Amino acid sequence: MSYRRPGFRHPKQPKNDAGYTRADYEGAISTLCAGCGHDSTTNAIIQACFELNIEPHRVVKISGIGCSSKTPAYFLGRSHGFNSVHGRMPSIATGANMANRDLLYIGISGDGDTASIGMGQFAHALRRNLNLNYICMNNGCYGLTKGQDSATADRGSSGKRGVPNPYESIDLCELAIELGASFVARGFSGDKRQLVPLLKAAMAHSGLAFVDVISPCVTFNNTSSSTKSYQYVREHIEATNTFDFVPLQQEILTHYEEGTSQEVVMHDGSIIHLHKADSSKDVTNRLKSVNNLEREKEKGRLLTGILYINPDIKETHDIINSTLRPLNSLTEEDLCPGSAALEEINASLR
Amino acid sequence: MKTVKKISKINDFVIRFCNVNGSGSASANNLFARAIFRLGIPVSPKNIFPSNIQGLPTWYEVRVNEDGFLGRRGGIDMAVAVNGQTLFKDYQELLPGGYFLYDSTRELPENFTRTDITPIGIPLTSLCNEAFSNPKLRQLLKNIIYVGSLSYLLDIEFDVLTDSIKKQFQKKPKLADPNILALEIGFAYAEKHYRNSCELSVRRSNKLNGDIMMSGNSAFGLGAVYAGATVVGWYPITPSTSVVEAFERYANRFRVEEDTGRHKVAIIQAEDELAAIGIVIGASWNGARAFTATSGPGISLMSEFLGLAYFAEIPVVLIDVQRTGPSTGMPTRTQQSDLLACAYASHGDTKNVLLFPCDPKECFELGADAFDLAERLQTPVIIMSDLDLGMNDHVSAPMEWKEGRKYDRGKVLTAEDLENMQEKWGRYLDVDGDGICYRTFPGTHPTKGAYFTRGTSHNEYSAYTEESSDYEANMKRLLVKWETARGLVPAPRTKINDPACKTGLIFFGTSTHSTYEAISRLAKEGRVCNSLRIRAFPFHEEVLEFIERHEILFVIEQNRDAQMRTLLINECGTCRDKLQSILNIDGLPITANFITECIRNASLHNTVEPFPKQYSTGEKS
Ligand SMILES: Cc1ncc(C[n+]2csc(CCOP(=O)(O)OP(=O)(O)O)c2C)c(N)n1
Ligand code: SF4
Repeated sequence: MSYRRPGFRHPKQPKNDAGYTRADYEGAISTLCAGCGHDSTTNAIIQACFELNIEPHRVVKISGIGCSSKTPAYFLGRSHGFNSVHGRMPSIATGANMANRDLLYIGISGDGDTASIGMGQFAHALRRNLNLNYICMNNGCYGLTKGQDSATADRGSSGKRGVPNPYESIDLCELAIELGASFVARGFSGDKRQLVPLLKAAMAHSGLAFVDVISPCVTFNNTSSSTKSYQYVREHIEATNTFDFVPLQQEILTHYEEGTSQEVVMHDGSIIHLHKADSSKDVTNRLKSVNNLEREKEKGRLLTGILYINPDIKETHDIINSTLRPLNSLTEEDLCPGSAALEEINASLR
Repeated sequence: MKTVKKISKINDFVIRFCNVNGSGSASANNLFARAIFRLGIPVSPKNIFPSNIQGLPTWYEVRVNEDGFLGRRGGIDMAVAVNGQTLFKDYQELLPGGYFLYDSTRELPENFTRTDITPIGIPLTSLCNEAFSNPKLRQLLKNIIYVGSLSYLLDIEFDVLTDSIKKQFQKKPKLADPNILALEIGFAYAEKHYRNSCELSVRRSNKLNGDIMMSGNSAFGLGAVYAGATVVGWYPITPSTSVVEAFERYANRFRVEEDTGRHKVAIIQAEDELAAIGIVIGASWNGARAFTATSGPGISLMSEFLGLAYFAEIPVVLIDVQRTGPSTGMPTRTQQSDLLACAYASHGDTKNVLLFPCDPKECFELGADAFDLAERLQTPVIIMSDLDLGMNDHVSAPMEWKEGRKYDRGKVLTAEDLENMQEKWGRYLDVDGDGICYRTFPGTHPTKGAYFTRGTSHNEYSAYTEESSDYEANMKRLLVKWETARGLVPAPRTKINDPACKTGLIFFGTSTHSTYEAISRLAKEGRVCNSLRIRAFPFHEEVLEFIERHEILFVIEQNRDAQMRTLLINECGTCRDKLQSILNIDGLPITANFITECIRNASLHNTVEPFPKQYSTGEKS
């Protein structure tokens, strides 16, 4: 949003338990179009990090190319960020994560960045279960190159050019579940109340948490004929079970009636309470999760919320059995076998 | 009928094994080459193999040379021809006076009428079938039988072979016995039927002075372990795959935590080369030493990312094990044809640092240095190896590592540095005047040192900008860095054999050994040449000086378009007429015969024929 942020801040802004104010999680001023869904998503990320008491400098932000991929400049200004190349965020994130497993990685991508040029990297980061919060700001079009249909545009949907998209669309959430993702959620940039806890749950997850955020492009794809417009999404949104996210060490204040809620304990000890309004919407079962999505789609509804979750599977570092210490902290003493060992190797090659 | 004198030589010949891919010949042939090596004689085996797992022809050419010339010579003195598909061709290619060892279980066809060679028929199949019943073993042992015959024919000490076998099967002694029996069978048959037939022989020597025998790929893999690489992203491609395999093997030996069993490396087999280099860039950006290995097609795919690394100034170590052109087939043959693609890889104005090792010792050492250089210069460093160097075993001086050597991590700010800093830090601010700026790693300091990385559009403080002046200033600073690189990269190896001589040879990588041999031969004819072996791009000052002091320079390369010559003309502003090309593009390592001939012709007739005349057989006269 190209708004002017007020220079004056109230000196008594509330601090979170880590001692930071919400402003400490903000970034540079956005240069996206006024009303762009991406800016609301950015705000939700800021809010989620603030509420989770994350230390900003322990976060790494990585993105591809697109309007969406510009957003890491607009949040967490105290974190290192990397705006890389189109469709390749996951590989940069993989390398960065391999180098230091102790930081929190937020990967930002768009639907063009993910579902077309970056499809390969998306798929493989999922199957390796990289410990990454993969946020796809999905507007059904290529914003930065001026509004072409993307691969997530629904068939028949049309943006500003008015030409209905003739091709089948890719449902990234369904695909993610099939490719072995361990956490899949869908949010809407216009629904902060749902999106913030979704992002918090994603950040608590160990492994790849994929969050598809429907994030309308007001300039090119907010038409009455578009299925990714604010209005269309608001009218067709359907939530899976509502849930509460209880971060680690936070006192559980609410009590749930026996049988009304399902408890999922995350890797870091946080708890997600899924409220069982409709018991068919079990999101801990892959098959059911895909069915849920398909069923709602058939009804013309867009399912949001936590779509699938499996907190128990190993992330990449544990799959490859790498050291618990950050690899980038190892020194000559840890890494170099020394000249005596080389002498032995030379001898064995004679 | 004219009879030709048999080739008669001690410790100086070329033997070519002509096999079928996947028939288990590799271990027999390797056993042969190693035996020569263990007898203290310089030897160089070269695989010439198809893009195939089983069934197509494959050759293994072994050069034995007491004087230590280990490039390809050209010409075959003895063929061990056991592949029906290529039998006639292999027969024809033999030099007059040579020896033709074949499987005489079946008679040679009628058109095998050469009288200028010595045929040596060993009934390999029937000998093998008589002695062994297990069909799988038969296949393998047939090859061992010819090694046994060679042991007799070439006077190779039999014990050296049996010792190797015992060593090889230390853990499965049961398998050693049939192998030794096969050797004995071959030896006995040759002794009985071909007494005094062969005038090539091997005599124990002491020319190796502690040399080792190793492939370039293994040496680089080990160098990367020594240099502290911890993250590898890669995608399989011949001939580079064995780089990562070697790295992993050594990492399994040296990089496992005793207490936890966990590994101090992360090796990720990526989905493609784009991801492979992305992983390297991400890891290096985040402060780990990382590398990837690939070949030409991978370089093409990595190009976009190389540009990003160049502009965002992120260290990358990449080893390019070069091969022939696109697709599959010829590409499993050697070439030096990615020079321009690597030197100027990517879009926009980019130039990358290249290193050119010529033997395993240099693969290890330049490989390790590449990590220091990449971090010091914060830029991609590409090691230009090739299939010949990477996949063949080479005799080489032993690898060296200075005890206590520290890694040069380049300009990196710690939390303490940031804390004590008075002035404002800028990620792309050149405070030392060498074009290199200070960087920080994520997570270093709670409030200082964070920055946003992007390709081009940044000012000195890493803030977004599209100002022309910022862009220009940044691009000019990168040229300052390029000049710094020129002073840091390894100097060439220059040999001024005669200060008054006006002819110079320029070469690099795997053309080295054949070129030195050519120089030595030409010197004996009274044609003295000076020489310069390039070891890095940007070109060191010494390269320019060398070009300036000579009137004619031959640039020897293994590609069609004279890519090194183009680079020299482009980067040194030299007069093009001075630089003459000697080019080899048949997919086989360049030979000393060819280089010698080219230079001889040039000085006799004042013309240079850049390509060898005849390609059909892969042989140069
Ligand atoms: C290799 C390459 N090809 C094409 C482009 C041009 N390009 C820039 S952004 C973009 C599409 C972005 O779409 P999306 O990821 O959906 O992001 P949005 O702008 O809609 O947020 C394209 C094609 C590029 N930067 N790099
Ligand atoms: S073009 Fe669309 S996606 Fe890009 S900033 Fe504008 S509204 Fe957002």
